[in-house]
Amino acid sequence: MLKALACVIRRDLMLAWRRRSDVLTTLFFFIIVVTLFPLGVGAESNLLRTMAPGILWVAALLASMLSLGRLFALDHADGTLEQMLLSAEPLTVIVIGKIIAHWLVSGFPLVLLAPVLAIQFDLPPDAIAVLCASLLLGTPVLSLIGAIGAALTLGVRGGGVLVSLLVLPLYIPVLIFGAGAVGAQASGLGASAHLLLLGGVMLGSAALAPWAAAAALRISME
Amino acid sequence: MTLAAVGLACVRGELELFSGLHFSVEPGDALRVGGSNGAGKTSLLRILSGLAAPTEGEVHWNGRDIRRQREEFHAGLLWLGHANGVKDDLLAWENLVVSTTLDGRPATRDAAIEALEQLGLGRAADLPTRSLSQGQRKRVALARLSLVSDAALWILDEPFTALDVAAVDALCGTIGRHLQRGGMVIYTTHQDVKLDARRVRTLDMNRGAPC
Repeated sequence: MLKALACVIRRDLMLAWRRRSDVLTTLFFFIIVVTLFPLGVGAESNLLRTMAPGILWVAALLASMLSLGRLFALDHADGTLEQMLLSAEPLTVIVIGKIIAHWLVSGFPLVLLAPVLAIQFDLPPDAIAVLCASLLLGTPVLSLIGAIGAALTLGVRGGGVLVSLLVLPLYIPVLIFGAGAVGAQASGLGASAHLLLLGGVMLGSAALAPWAAAAALRISME
Repeated sequence: MTLAAVGLACVRGELELFSGLHFSVEPGDALRVGGSNGAGKTSLLRILSGLAAPTEGEVHWNGRDIRRQREEFHAGLLWLGHANGVKDDLLAWENLVVSTTLDGRPATRDAAIEALEQLGLGRAADLPTRSLSQGQRKRVALARLSLVSDAALWILDEPFTALDVAAVDALCGTIGRHLQRGGMVIYTTHQDVKLDARRVRTLDMNRGAPC
């Protein structure tokens, strides 16, 4: 079972590496959206500082939406998804592997980029640390919940738009607690409550989302 | 080990593709699903493999519904669909290693390359599958058959398309050996191929009964 998990993760990472341009598109989208705000709003540093966490988080949500289309659609097109559904290994394990690989490729780089982008907004170092921690806990949730949406809309015409309507409302708690953590830190309340809640959401969705996504895959393949 | 179809029916939209289909496949049996285009051959194979749900009826594996014992059934099943299930961006041998790992019987790199060499793909084993021809991709997919030999039931959708004469003969040989070991094969084809089997039955989807 672990062998299959490792195999799926390695396979998806290898495929992402061989199609680097797809991955880079998402990252550049994130960078550009975040960079446009200081240019548009102007160099009012107090304003930028308060807006920064929200902007980075919304950009992260949109960037992860962009990459959801690749999660199952390509495997569906070339028949490898059928093989996975009929695999001797549990489908849930395979889905977990795909979600982990998806996060490593499209969520984790955002966590690494965020401190650099936060400098544009003149965020103090402790706020940057909280922002990164919130992204580290929150972006896995985006991949986990997004996988359910991607599985449900598989093979549907206009699935890309539908998946955002399905999934974005479910991202709202993550957005509120993720962006709120930095504000709480700045106001002196401390970010630990927000971060603990985010961690709880992540563990809860890690426990449930792979099963839901596997069931959704079976339904949409029928 | 037996696979039995019990009163299968499939309705697509308004159109009834087949109904009341009964048959069973025993070890050593080959079942050829024939019929004109659109007669429901692929739909039947998808139902037999558990990918799709029948409108009515059940598919039984060793006497139990396959949808209640997915993992046991899938462990004994090898499915080769209309789409090859071959990733364009992976090398030929990587494709084989991944698919055998998912089948629960991981092959090593050397075993994968050897299987490809047997199918005449020795030089192509280290190439990304995107640069291979349609027939060569089919062979990469078919190389699984010689690696995952302990799956009892093979369900093959159009395995002979895009293959040259030599490859068709080689595939017939592989299927024949599988049947002699007591395996079962269900396949569709429009080509006239001779299988070396104890019993080859044909299920004519236009008439809806095995003969």
